[in-house]
Amino acid sequence: MTGWLLRRLAQAALVVLLMTAIVFVGLHAIGNPIDILIGEDLNQQERLQAIARLGLDQPLWRQYLAFVDGALHGQLGKSFVYQEDAIRLILHRLPATMELAVGALLLAVIIGVPLGLFAGMKPDHPLAKALMAASIVGFSLPAFWVALMFIMVFSVQLGWLPASGRGATRELFGVQWSWLTLDGLQHLVLPAFNLALFKISLVLRLTRAGVREVLPQDFVKFARAKGLSPARVVLVHVLRNTLIPLVTVLGLELGATIAYAVVTETIFAWPGAGKLILDSINSLDRPVVVAYLMVVVVIFVTLNLVVDLLYKLLDPRVRLEGAR
Amino acid sequence: MNWRGRFDEHSIWWRVAADFLRSRIAIAGLTVLALVALAAIAAPWITPQNPYDLMQLDVLDARLKPGTPSSAAGYTYWLGTDGQGRDLYSAIVYGLRISLLVGIGSAAIAAVLGTGIGLLAAYAGGKVDAALMRLVDLLLSFPTILMALMILAYVGKGVGNVVLTLVLLEWAYYARTARGQALVETRRDYVEAARGQGIPPWRILSGHILPNCLPPLLVIGALQIARAITLEATLSFLGLGVPITEPSLGLLISNGYQYLLSNEYWISFFPGVALLATIVAINLVGDQMRDVLNPRLQR
Repeated sequence: MTGWLLRRLAQAALVVLLMTAIVFVGLHAIGNPIDILIGEDLNQQERLQAIARLGLDQPLWRQYLAFVDGALHGQLGKSFVYQEDAIRLILHRLPATMELAVGALLLAVIIGVPLGLFAGMKPDHPLAKALMAASIVGFSLPAFWVALMFIMVFSVQLGWLPASGRGATRELFGVQWSWLTLDGLQHLVLPAFNLALFKISLVLRLTRAGVREVLPQDFVKFARAKGLSPARVVLVHVLRNTLIPLVTVLGLELGATIAYAVVTETIFAWPGAGKLILDSINSLDRPVVVAYLMVVVVIFVTLNLVVDLLYKLLDPRVRLEGAR
Repeated sequence: MNWRGRFDEHSIWWRVAADFLRSRIAIAGLTVLALVALAAIAAPWITPQNPYDLMQLDVLDARLKPGTPSSAAGYTYWLGTDGQGRDLYSAIVYGLRISLLVGIGSAAIAAVLGTGIGLLAAYAGGKVDAALMRLVDLLLSFPTILMALMILAYVGKGVGNVVLTLVLLEWAYYARTARGQALVETRRDYVEAARGQGIPPWRILSGHILPNCLPPLLVIGALQIARAITLEATLSFLGLGVPITEPSLGLLISNGYQYLLSNEYWISFFPGVALLATIVAINLVGDQMRDVLNPRLQR
């Protein structure tokens, strides 16, 4: 187990390192950073001095090492637009995005698992078939369009829910959260549900497939033969074995949700990291783009690692294989 | 020998087609898809206006309700007009053209590239295989939209760059599938027999192994086209895709966004319906193709 963990950690570190290289080379592929960083009104000597000061006269590999060194110390430059440390800017906006992503995942589980359980237990029921057809539509729905339709129906016509911003927030552990106030929760509903639509379909289908796979197995028959109530058989024996693959998929989905929040945040004016990155791409605020990419890569690699670990802990079969 | 082979091949595809048409919902999907494709191809002949020709647009006709007659041109705006006075019906049909072109074009390029790389990896084996597959793993482990934003942040906006981005993102799916399938096929007896006959490796790959890898690649292709169309629409919506003078469906929806709050729903609503219908149709067809072509599910 320790050996496996060490190997896995080394792999994760390698991926992060590889991504820094890709981001760095990409940075150099598009135009000369000198033109962006240094004003045109400088004379030749001042220019050379500035280049030396920024380390741009060094060979590329040395510049790369300096970049990695800066990244390790949490320094990826200052935002051109906000004149603030790029990493700090991202980290400041990240809680709002996390709140949205976790909310969406919760909705997906609360809605998707019971529906999937039903569709798996009674596959020939007309409602189950309708659910499966609906899930294809759920997969196909362009999220950004659904978001607009939500705003049109629930905000403009019915006037039930607000369409933009986070609403009132309350502080917890030094961070502002929306879900702690009623107003904030109301603001959270539409964007979180919008982000959850695709995941509800995914969870529904995964749960259904899992139930279909688990139901015919011997331990389920045995549990029934033991005289356990049907509810207990389904909720404990079937559901538990269905949830193992679901946990791993949802862990990975959290990363994807953070990325897809870019679209949702833009439409609902949710002040998270996704909206920030889109604004930064549009205003060519490169340090922020780089910082965002690095932060998300680290989140992703960490999530992958945690999911792998969880899978090993949850599924005894995988654990046995690892112990050999 | 030769005619027998051809006959058998023919009958297999016939059976696939017959299986495919057994599902009513798949037929519905195929019909919608055919209609959408026909409309996109015949766009200039079935629309009253060229929405990209600024001379034909009348700003006085901007933001008209569906069913309003045009003030000068003598036809009715059945789906209303957008902020520039474009007939929405015409704009949607022309927008479908861009969406389908980008979706199918990028999927086709990615399919050729990815299949080639996948076959190469399977055939070369060893370090080449390992390196290529690590690259595929890396690409597939990050969400598409993130990679797309990253690439577009570097290469800049525009249709060509969107296609480039889509190709860069999609080839990995084909490569992984082609490699996996090719590895299975390489161990089969017919490949051994072909080798024994002294047929050169590239001909074994292209003539013997590739045709047997096609079914799963076709399924991936269908689903990837749907994904590509959605992604193009999303990127255009975010303002990173097509230019504003030639709106695709995503950009039309985006342009309607500002009027949504004053209850002028149609500018965003109808292009979205067209987009949704297209994507659902492709997904239905792809889903049925997977069921029909999957040998494990065959009776």
